[in-house]
Formats: sequence, structure tokens, C-alpha cells
Amino acid sequence: MSFAWAKPYEPKSGFMRWLDERLPLPRLVYGAVGGGYPVPRNLNYFWNFGVLAGVFLTIQIVTGIVLAMWYFASADGAFNSVEHIMRDVNGGWVIRYAHMNGASFFFIVTYIHIFRGLYYGSYKAPRELVWMLGLVIYLLMMATGFMGYVLPWGQMSYWGAQVITGFFSAFPLVGEPIRIWLLGGYAPDQAALTRFFSLHYLLPFVIAAVVILHIWALHIPGSGNPTGVDVKDEKDTLPFHPFYTAKDGWFGAAFIGLYAIFVYFAPNYLGHPDNYIPANPLSTPAHIVPEWYYWPFYAILRAFTVDFILPAKLWGVLAMFGSILLLFFLPWLDKSPVRSGSYRPVFKRFFWILVVDVLILGWCGGAAATPFYIALSQLAAAYYFAHFLIILPLISAFERPLPLPNSISESVLHGEKKEAAPAGIEPRTTTVAGA
Amino acid sequence: MATKASAESSDRTEAGEGVRRRDFLNVAAVSFAGVGVVGVAIPLISQMNPPADVLALASTEVDISKIAPGQAIKTVWRKQPVFIRNLTPAEIKAANAVPLSDLRDPESLAQRTKPGKANWLITLGVCTHLGCVPLGTGEGENRGPYGGYFCPCHGSAYDTAARIRSGPAPKNLMVPEYTFVTDTTVQIG
Amino acid sequence: MLRFILGLVGLGFAGVLLISFFVGMSNYVTSPPEPTAEEEFHLHPKHLRLASDGPLGKFDNKQLQRGFQVYKEVCSACHSMSLVAFRDLAQIGYNEAEVKAIANQWQIEVPSTNPETGEPATRKALPSDRFPSPYANETAARAANNNALPPDLSLIAKAREGGAAYVYSLLTGYRPQPAELLKKFPAAKTPQGLHYNPYFANLNLAMPPPLTTNGQVTYAAGNPAPTVDQMAKDVAAFLVWTAEPKLQRRHASGIAVVIFLLFASILAYFAYRNIWATQKRKVRVTGALDPKNQAKSARAKAKQGVAG
Repeated sequence: MSFAWAKPYEPKSGFMRWLDERLPLPRLVYGAVGGGYPVPRNLNYFWNFGVLAGVFLTIQIVTGIVLAMWYFASADGAFNSVEHIMRDVNGGWVIRYAHMNGASFFFIVTYIHIFRGLYYGSYKAPRELVWMLGLVIYLLMMATGFMGYVLPWGQMSYWGAQVITGFFSAFPLVGEPIRIWLLGGYAPDQAALTRFFSLHYLLPFVIAAVVILHIWALHIPGSGNPTGVDVKDEKDTLPFHPFYTAKDGWFGAAFIGLYAIFVYFAPNYLGHPDNYIPANPLSTPAHIVPEWYYWPFYAILRAFTVDFILPAKLWGVLAMFGSILLLFFLPWLDKSPVRSGSYRPVFKRFFWILVVDVLILGWCGGAAATPFYIALSQLAAAYYFAHFLIILPLISAFERPLPLPNSISESVLHGEKKEAAPAGIEPRTTTVAGA
Repeated sequence: MATKASAESSDRTEAGEGVRRRDFLNVAAVSFAGVGVVGVAIPLISQMNPPADVLALASTEVDISKIAPGQAIKTVWRKQPVFIRNLTPAEIKAANAVPLSDLRDPESLAQRTKPGKANWLITLGVCTHLGCVPLGTGEGENRGPYGGYFCPCHGSAYDTAARIRSGPAPKNLMVPEYTFVTDTTVQIG
Repeated sequence: MLRFILGLVGLGFAGVLLISFFVGMSNYVTSPPEPTAEEEFHLHPKHLRLASDGPLGKFDNKQLQRGFQVYKEVCSACHSMSLVAFRDLAQIGYNEAEVKAIANQWQIEVPSTNPETGEPATRKALPSDRFPSPYANETAARAANNNALPPDLSLIAKAREGGAAYVYSLLTGYRPQPAELLKKFPAAKTPQGLHYNPYFANLNLAMPPPLTTNGQVTYAAGNPAPTVDQMAKDVAAFLVWTAEPKLQRRHASGIAVVIFLLFASILAYFAYRNIWATQKRKVRVTGALDPKNQAKSARAKAKQGVAG
């Protein structure tokens, strides 16, 4: 599974030996996150965000299970049950705010983790499956987040459910029957609420299972690193424990500090006031917007305003799903043998343009659908598709990457540039996959 | 090569001089994390306690003016049934005539009622065996061999002071905390 | 092959988007959208400072009690506050007896059933009850208010953009419709039965000005004078409490938690540095061999004209 020099597990106490002989869990943990998992020694802080995502998944599951002890999934009683948690349940307010902001932080951490992957080529061979499992996790997160937001049964909960389930009616023939099947009715009502509660409780455990597969798939080749150069020998790596447990520990504590600032001092900043109004099927809010982590996709959805062969609404839905699905093909769209953006100057520039583009899309998604924002989202969405489907393949075919360091340890010990290539010799483009 | 050797020697150096400093700092950091975990666990556990609105209903006021001697009503307190009975003088005499040594759970009627209000018997309507609601409050209900309450589930029989006399129940029907707000209103809990 | 197909998909989406963009642009140029009265005359809320503001904000119980008095004497006739219980008033400084009296003397009674006939009836409120609604249901509320539904006030400070500042601005924002508006947008004249208020999103509000005269509510001695402005501030502060009774506790716990985490992070950071101390990440050559120092001395030598 791992590298030849990985330290084998030695049970430290009689009990651990007894346990390990019967169920090799201690061995498994040791080899996955303990002293027995060699990790490149040059990871930067962008590598902390995977573990942080796991931390926030745990926070969401724990706070969610507790909230489910008091939450009442009835169209009449849901809103009041949440307020009961906020006002009367001991400490209910902190658990509710933790869960609410935990969702936002789970997405923040995941987005940073994804963009790390995009920059450093973490999706390239042999880690394509790690990348795709990650996308599956992301899709499950989006479904879970959507259903969770419906549960308080506020105005945004109800109308968000209307809009999202309304997507399906964009599909000809089968769309409307699918929509009614999803809702268990003609509009979001008791049936939709109860089934969303059931699935919202279930999906995080499905996510946890896919996370295990994601980590397992990663541990076959081992973690990537900022140079994109493969691990060659023992001096390239350090055992995960205690080196990366310590690094994850301090950064995690600081990040939880940031999270605590939101929970205790700005708990409603990332939310929308309209969700403190009980759902009213007869009155649509002035501006229906989803939670901020869906805004880029919302912008793409609203950007299609013209019927062209297909109706605009259908274009919007296809593009919105397409914008995530195309990411599954990324390992084959970007076939450059050089993984890390640090050594791909042209790619690097376009990467930052993509970051700005996604931020712009997010800004547009949260704004009102006025001509200015619609126009901006049209340009930004066009760039998004062009970036992945046209620009990246072209770059990877034609760019001249910088010379790579010979190994991780050399780049660490002497600074990457110096070790790159001895003077007078052609810079080499290492085929990383086979190295 | 060089790095491997230095790595090994640094391991040895770590083991030698750095041990105390490293251990202390690491132990301190991990202890802080432990305190944090406890701090997080506290609200997660305490939230299971009854919330403020349930605690607010912890006491109920009941109007007893309509209960004639020999009658009883069933009411609710903390979501459980409560029997309020107005004892007749004959019932009071019968209760006082029982020697305490005959009782499985010895208590006199005076101990189970308020001074000057010996006719008002207020008890939980929950059998102390396994929790059924005994019969005897309604007109015509079976009051059992001792003229008090009778539990049909397993045959526990209570006397006129709601004390257990026969059957499997171990204790007398519980007397909750109550006060007479006025002569005709009782606050339970 | 795959990249070719995906490339076509990309061209497809980008193409349709650009078509939408140009069509949208030409529509905007040929028939620009009409300006609306709301866009031009809607005002953002006035600035309001409350004791509960900021990360260290605390409730000012005296102000909350004045605000409750305004709610009781002015707002409760039409607005319910159904998530707040009478017993919650103990949090803003009323003692048990006062709370019992407030509940008992509340004008609106709590729905119940007649224990003898089973007919619907009402009874006096108890501290454990939540504030009863002035209307039996939404239809009754609308019938009594010209088809407008007075919103429940329990969460209003969190349910409106601008929060307490919005409530305060709305209550003090009533004024005659400006002549300029009527000239520019004659169709936006305030309809009969509505009232012009520029702090409201569509400028015309169904609620008539609730606070009209100074001294409408009489405050006890030791309180500021009950001007319209003061009453509006007090009731806005009270509504912040009804929306978030735990605000003060939240701030206090927050300070403790953030300081703890700050400490923990610093400690953990030093533990991390400690653990990594022996791992060379970058060789830092110091002293005479440091390239920066070498450059410095080379420059100095050049200045003095000494050969290198």
C-alpha cells in the first residue's frame, strides 16, 4: 500500500497487541494517519484543508444528531421547533448556530481543498479516482446542504425548494413527473419536508463512507506535494505522526477559532434574513437566493436568457449540472505530464483568472437579476466553460513548463530553483507518471 | 546520504536533550485540546436536559372546589396523572386504624396529607410496581379490597390513604410536593 | 476524441452564453429599463446605536423594559409575539410576581376550552404561556387590517435587512410623499389606505404610523422622556431581545471560547515548531556565507574601490 520504508506497526501495550491480533484496526490507523504513513516533507498549508474538511464533517454530524433530538419535521411545527431549540433548549442556540455556520465552513474548506487540487494537479495520474471520489463527495455535500436548508421551513427554505425542484421540470416530457415524484406532491409540503429530513440525516454517513474510499485511494500512491515530483526515497518523506498531526493540530485550532468568531459574533452574517420568516406559499420573497456556497452555480443557471434550439431554462439547468460534471473529465482534459502549477507559468496565469472568474460568478449569483449582473455572469460563465473545455487542453498541448527539481528532498533542502537543472544542460520535462 | 545520517543523528539528539522541552510543550498542547473537547462535550450533553418551557410547566394549579367528599378527580401534572380525593370521615377513620407494622411501606395518613386538611389526599396516579394507572377515581370503578385504589395490571391494592396493602407494588402511591394556595386551589409542584 | 467532444460542448455553452449576452446588450441599448420610484427614493436604514451592538454588547434592561411597555401599549393591539413566553420577561429584569401580574392582566386572553361544556373559551394567561395573538387566525387579522397581515414581531429584528436599525427607521420614517416623486413618477402616488415611508422596500406601507405623539406612552420616573424617537429606539432594542434572548450569553461565551482557542493555537503552534525543529526545510546559510551578506560586502568593497 505505502512506501517500502514505512514503519511497520508495533503494538505498544499488551492490550493493543491483543486487539490488533483480533481486529487489525490499530494497524490500519497507524498505517493511515500514524507514524506508519510516509508523507512528502514539503507540504504547504494548502494541504491542511482535507483534514479540516473531515473535522467539519464530524462537527456537522455531531451537532446534527443533537439537533435531531429536538427538531420536529412538520410543516406546521418545524419553524417553531427550531425557535424552541434557540430559546428553550439548554445550549440549543450554540448547537444550532454551530450547525448553521458549520455548513458554510465545511464548504469554505472544501473549496480551498478543491482549488489546491486544481493548482497542483492533484487530479492527474495516478490520482484520477481520488479526484472523482472527491467530486462525488462534493455532489453529496450539495444535496445534503440543500435539504438541510429546507428543514427550518422559512421563506428561503420553502422557495429554495420550489426553485431547485423546479429545475427538473425544465427537462421535456419526464421533467414534471420527476419533479412531482421528488416532492411527493405538487409543491413543497409535508411529504417533501419529511423525506428531506430523512435523507439529510442519511447522506452525511454516505459522505463519510465515500471519504474513506477517497483517503484509501489516495494512500495507494501516497499524498501529492507542491512540486508535483514523485516521492523517490525515504529522505523525501516524514511520518504523518507526529509531523503532520502537529501541523494539522495547530492550524486546525486556529481555523476553529475563526469558525468560533462567526458562531459567537456573526452567526447570521452568512445567512439570509428572509429565512427567519415562516414559509408562506402565497408570497414569494423579493429576491430568492440560495446559500452563498451555491452562488456561482446559481449565476450560471440565470445567465442563459435566450432560447436557442433549446429553451433558455433548459440551457441553464444543463450548464449548471455540466459545470460540475465536466470536472470529472479534468484528468483527460489537462494531459500535461507536469503536475504542479508552480512549474507551468501559462497554466498558472489562467488558474488565477479562473479563481477571479469563480469569485465573480459567486458575486453575481448572490445579487439581484438586474441587467448588469446578468451580463457579467454571462461573460464569466462563458469563460468558465472555455477555461476547462478549450483553454486547458490547448495549454497542456502547447506550453513549455519550467524544469522540475530532481527530487522533493533536493527542492526542500536547497531551494527549488537552484536544484532545477545544472547549468548548460537542457531543462528536462520529467514524465512524472512513470518515474 | 548526508540527510539520512543527519536525520538519524537528529533523532538521537531529539531523544537526548530535546525530550523534556518537547514532551512538556506537546503534552501542554494536547492537554489544552483535551480541555477543549470537554468544553465542547458539556453543551452537547446538557442539551438533553428538559428545556425551559417544560420546566415552566413543572407546577400546575388545580381548582378543588367542585370535589365533594367521597369523590376524586384525575388531573395531569408533568404529563403524569394525579389523583385528588376528598376523603370521607369514614375513610379517614379506616386509614388511621391500620397499624404501621402491617404496612409494606409504613406511613400514617397524617404524613401523607397537610395539617388541618386530612381529607385531601393528593397522590400520583402511577402504580409503583410498573407504572399503570390504578382504578378507583371514577364513579363505579373497582376500588379493590381495601377501598382505595386497585391496579388491574398485576393486582396491586391500595387503601383509603393510597398505601400499598397487597399485590406486587413495593411503595405507596407517591405524594407530590403541593401547597394550598387558597382553600379551594392547590398548586402541585 | 473525448477532448474534441468536450471542446464542442464548451463551445456550445460559451456560444449560447455569448449570444444571450449580445441579445441582452442590444435589448438594454434599444429599450433600456425604466427607472422606478423604489430605486430612486428608497432609503437605507438610519444608523442606530444600541447597548447590544458589537461583540461585547450587553442588554440594557431598563431600555428593554421601556420597549416592552411600548409593545404592550401600542403594538400588541395588532402584532402577535407568539414565540416569546411571559416567563421570558424575567430575563429583562422583572421579578416572579411582576411576571405573574403582567400575564394575568394581559388584555388578550389565551384560547382554551370550557371544562364543563367543551366549547371554545378563553382564560387568563399564565407565565408559562406564550403571548397570545390578538387575532384568531390570518383571515381575521387581514379582515381587521385592510387585507394586510401585521407580521409577528418575535423575530422581526432578524427577519429584516438592517435589523433593529430598520425597525427604528421605519417607525420614525413616516412623512408626506415628496413632490419630486409625484412629478417624476405620477403613477407611484400612494394609494388610499397606505402610508408613504421611504424606508419600506416599496415605499408604501399598510401600517399607519403607530408612534405619533411624544408622551404616547408614559415612562416611569428615572427614564428618558418618551419622545417618538426615544420610543422607537426602545421598542427596537426590545425587539432585538425578543429575536435573540441569548445574545448577551452568546457574546460572553464567545469571548471565553475565542480566547481559549487563541491560547490553544499558540501553544499548538509552538509544539509544531518544536516537533519540526530538527527537520531542515530550507538550508539557511548565515553570516559570511549568506548570499545577501556577500552581496552587501561586495557592494561595500566596490564603493571603497577595493578590488573584490
